[in-house]
Amino acid sequence: MAHTVTEYDTIAAISTPIGEGAISIVRLSGEQSLTIANRIFKGKDLAQVASHTIQYGHIVDPETDEVIDEVMVSVMLAPKTFTREDVIEINCHGGLLATNRILQLLLANGARAAEPGEYTKRAFLNGRIDLTQAESVMDLIRAKTDKAMHVALNQLDGNLAHLIQNLRQEILQVLAQVEVNIDYPEYDEDELTTKMLLEKADIVDQAISELLKTAQQGKVLREGLATAIIGRPNVGKSSLLNYLLHEDKAIVTDVAGTTRDVIEEYVNINGVPLKLIDTAGIHHTEDKVEKIGVDRSRQALEAAELVLLVLNQSEALTPEDQELLTLTKAKKRIILLNKTDLPTALTKTMLQPYLHEGEQPLEISILTQLGTKALERRINALFFAGIETNQNTVMVTNARQIGLLRQAQQALNDVRQGIAAGMPVDLVQIDMTSCWDKLGEITGDSAPDELITQLFSQFCLGK
Amino acid sequence: MKTYDSKTYDVIIVGAGHAGSEAALAAARMGQKTLLLTINLDMVAFMPCNPSVGGPAKGTVVREIDALGGQMGKNIDATYIQMRMLNTGKGPAVRALRAQADKGQYHRVMKDTLENEANLTLRQGIADALIVEDGVCKGVITNTGARYLADAVVLTAGTASRGKIIIGELMYSSGPNNSIPSIKLSENLETLGFKLRRFKTGTPPRVDGNTIDYSKTEEQPGDTTPNAFSYETPDAAYLTDQLSCWMTYTNATTHQIIRDNLDRAPMFSGVIEGVGPRYCPSIEDKIVRFADKPRHQLFLEPEGRDTEEYYVGDFSTSMPEEVQQKMLHSVAGLEHAEMMRPGYAIEYDVVEPWQLKATLETKVIENLYTAGQMNGTSGYEEAAGQGIVAGINAALKVQGKAPFILKRSDAYIGVMIDDLVTKGTNEPYRLLTSRAEYRLMLRHDNADLRLTQQGYEFGLISEDRYQNFLTKKAAIDAELARLENVRVKPTPEVQAFLAEKQVAPLKDGVLGVDFLKRPEVTYADLVRFVGAAPTALDHRVIEQVEIQVKYAGYIRKEEAKIAKLKRLEAKKIPDRIDYSAINGLATEARQKLEKIQPETLAQASRISGVNPADIGILSVYIQQGKIAKVG
Repeated sequence: MAHTVTEYDTIAAISTPIGEGAISIVRLSGEQSLTIANRIFKGKDLAQVASHTIQYGHIVDPETDEVIDEVMVSVMLAPKTFTREDVIEINCHGGLLATNRILQLLLANGARAAEPGEYTKRAFLNGRIDLTQAESVMDLIRAKTDKAMHVALNQLDGNLAHLIQNLRQEILQVLAQVEVNIDYPEYDEDELTTKMLLEKADIVDQAISELLKTAQQGKVLREGLATAIIGRPNVGKSSLLNYLLHEDKAIVTDVAGTTRDVIEEYVNINGVPLKLIDTAGIHHTEDKVEKIGVDRSRQALEAAELVLLVLNQSEALTPEDQELLTLTKAKKRIILLNKTDLPTALTKTMLQPYLHEGEQPLEISILTQLGTKALERRINALFFAGIETNQNTVMVTNARQIGLLRQAQQALNDVRQGIAAGMPVDLVQIDMTSCWDKLGEITGDSAPDELITQLFSQFCLGK
Repeated sequence: MKTYDSKTYDVIIVGAGHAGSEAALAAARMGQKTLLLTINLDMVAFMPCNPSVGGPAKGTVVREIDALGGQMGKNIDATYIQMRMLNTGKGPAVRALRAQADKGQYHRVMKDTLENEANLTLRQGIADALIVEDGVCKGVITNTGARYLADAVVLTAGTASRGKIIIGELMYSSGPNNSIPSIKLSENLETLGFKLRRFKTGTPPRVDGNTIDYSKTEEQPGDTTPNAFSYETPDAAYLTDQLSCWMTYTNATTHQIIRDNLDRAPMFSGVIEGVGPRYCPSIEDKIVRFADKPRHQLFLEPEGRDTEEYYVGDFSTSMPEEVQQKMLHSVAGLEHAEMMRPGYAIEYDVVEPWQLKATLETKVIENLYTAGQMNGTSGYEEAAGQGIVAGINAALKVQGKAPFILKRSDAYIGVMIDDLVTKGTNEPYRLLTSRAEYRLMLRHDNADLRLTQQGYEFGLISEDRYQNFLTKKAAIDAELARLENVRVKPTPEVQAFLAEKQVAPLKDGVLGVDFLKRPEVTYADLVRFVGAAPTALDHRVIEQVEIQVKYAGYIRKEEAKIAKLKRLEAKKIPDRIDYSAINGLATEARQKLEKIQPETLAQASRISGVNPADIGILSVYIQQGKIAKVG
């Protein structure tokens, strides 16, 4: 029986509009703010610093030690804060990618995603806001919740909800078996052993891992769309890259440990995250012989989900251009006819044999920035079209779901640890129940007495 | 009937079953002049169904009653014929004590206790109506015309409320075990505005023990290790001469007889209207619902030392007598059994429990309390647990003191009462360990640590016992502190011990507590290496130390959850809140809140259909009211 006690959880949310501005703020409020922030912050011990100070450091995934972002963290202790609770604000680089990963880390480490209007609500409950605002706060909670629920329901549309419900049912049967052994010890029902509990934990864990993998495959929030900029030397790849990097305040991350030691750079195009593949190569090929350019392009293409193929419209099509056009035909691509500031030698009509039905190359001058906004719009459209087509597969997309899945997995870890430590089955069950509760939070299922109903439908009991 | 003015009391209890007995004793011991009315003095604390006390969750309730200064634990300790500890292979949270009672003795000893309690008058009589003035209960009127006045009244009418016994085609008005039913009180309650509903329960046939062939059954003897329900019962009092129970099974023939006669089963022919419990189905119900189960366990339980009657456990039925006999004779060991009493189903009225506060005072009429089976529960322990809470609260109310409310994190009794008053119940309610979300905290071994202090403050715990309790508590704390500081060093003895247990040797010294946390290490092992406590420790102290150290991780998790809940519990909802005036509440939530009238935000959050957004709105509304008042 899960009870929803939400009033005093530590909550987290991204409190700046997504995809706008150079800096985003992820905010924590509640008793556990310091503890949770400390788990993922590498820098000074936040519990030791003075209130209302700002600290420099890094956000690090405690599980993988991966550095997520370079940040400034404000520590504001109760009661002189907006909510009159302990508040931590993490100032990170703008855009979906970093902010979402930070939010996810906070959720995985004990915070709960804030409900709409919840900061304001807390501020009010703690006497920070005056009486006249009360009614509007209530309206806000109701309106936004209904809307949020509507959105959530659409998002959960069938598949994910169904999958989670199946997982919960699997767990529920095990829980009922444990309960029947406890409440009816004299009955000859099969004794549920910790071994069976462990098997079930592994099955559920596997399923959750698969789900979390889809969260990565979806690449909607986490990874960004893998994007390759290709073209023969001197068509403007480097300028395009610089334009994207410059315009969108890219985050440059060294991804160590990959075999090719490539550098990946992330840019944020109006909230759409792009992971640019082999940006080093782009600079590189500009001053190397043509052959290398094509080879590198070929490699970059393999991993790409989006191709930006740059052609120079002031020169005629070369055999190399033709090869690249053919290579990328099966890919999602945008063909850029660059250098419209120079006289035209290559027209759309001349490209026609290489194009898909209805494909529209984009005329652009990166130098004068003519047509660059159109490019951004095109990227946006392609990105969201990609999401649409993915709707039939089960996909975990939002940080709240990912956070809860992580917590469910953590509970399964505790199950395994408890079993390894030789704990009795009814104690190990505490963590199994917690896993079940977390999954229930994803779908919003918390029908009362679910377990007891299961108990009496699964077993024949009584005096 | 011409009425006459009889005596005036502080508290009147109507009904002397398991709830009424505890309520009366609590009120009287708290200094209130108390009247206990019962339909039949020969049925005080009577066990109309199974002759046993305790079991998972229920056994913990008995210990909780004892820690609060109640009687059930002492009474069963004085009258049991068999004692067993259940779930010994599992964790400490779910271990449970169960006793087979000598049913006659249990009744006699409790009656004797009631008779000899100062401030308490035990009297035979049927309460027909309540005296109510301006929504306040002032007393009761009996069928003989006596008017008894009191400042508080506790009703514990049980299955006597418009009771109706059903055996096959036979149906007649009756209380449990063919006693006189209480008819007029039910009618009076309806007139006063209470919502009642019909529940059903049942009991199996009894057979003559001389006619059982025990060789065809499995013996279930009692334990040899001493145990008791009451914290006041010494190990030395443990009964060595115990009676056994016997186990047998139904079979294909039994099931066929039942199936052939389903048209005569009141459960299925539509005669029974009351809702029966899922956890206590009749045997015919089991055969229908679990058709592919080839056999069902049955337990043959002696009803006492001076009787040959055996209770056929798990064979509850309301089949016609003739069919019951055939069913019994098909069972191994019962081929020639003489049926002494047939099983029966009983239908009765219950007060829908959402009409109650957590104190068990009704919301409909002030100074009126209800407890026990009348509130929709089933089981002697559930009844007694409510009884003591109602009795304490009636006394506190008379004394003008703050009420006594057990929270879900305090006791199983708290879980039960919160479930009843918050959710109501659609079937006779039985406590299960799975109903408690903090069951690791609500163990039967720590009921005294949880509740003795409160029992003492009410004056229900003797000074002697209280001092013993304080000593025990101090000993636990001291030993825990010692083990936090003492180190186990990697001496040859320690390494040899670990090698024998087939675990890795110590690399370095470890704290005593950390060593004890290892699954293969017991407290006895530990003291071999770190020495015993300065003063010899009682085994109950050692048990606490072991549990608190070994399960510390899980205990901390539950404590964290409880701490969070406590703050919501602290948020009281004002009495006269107008839910229709709160903008933004969802319709379903508004209706549920109006019906249940929760006392705290925590309770509101447990009502099904009230979602977190509604709780958010409600808390804002309450806060707004407070600010408005201050301003």
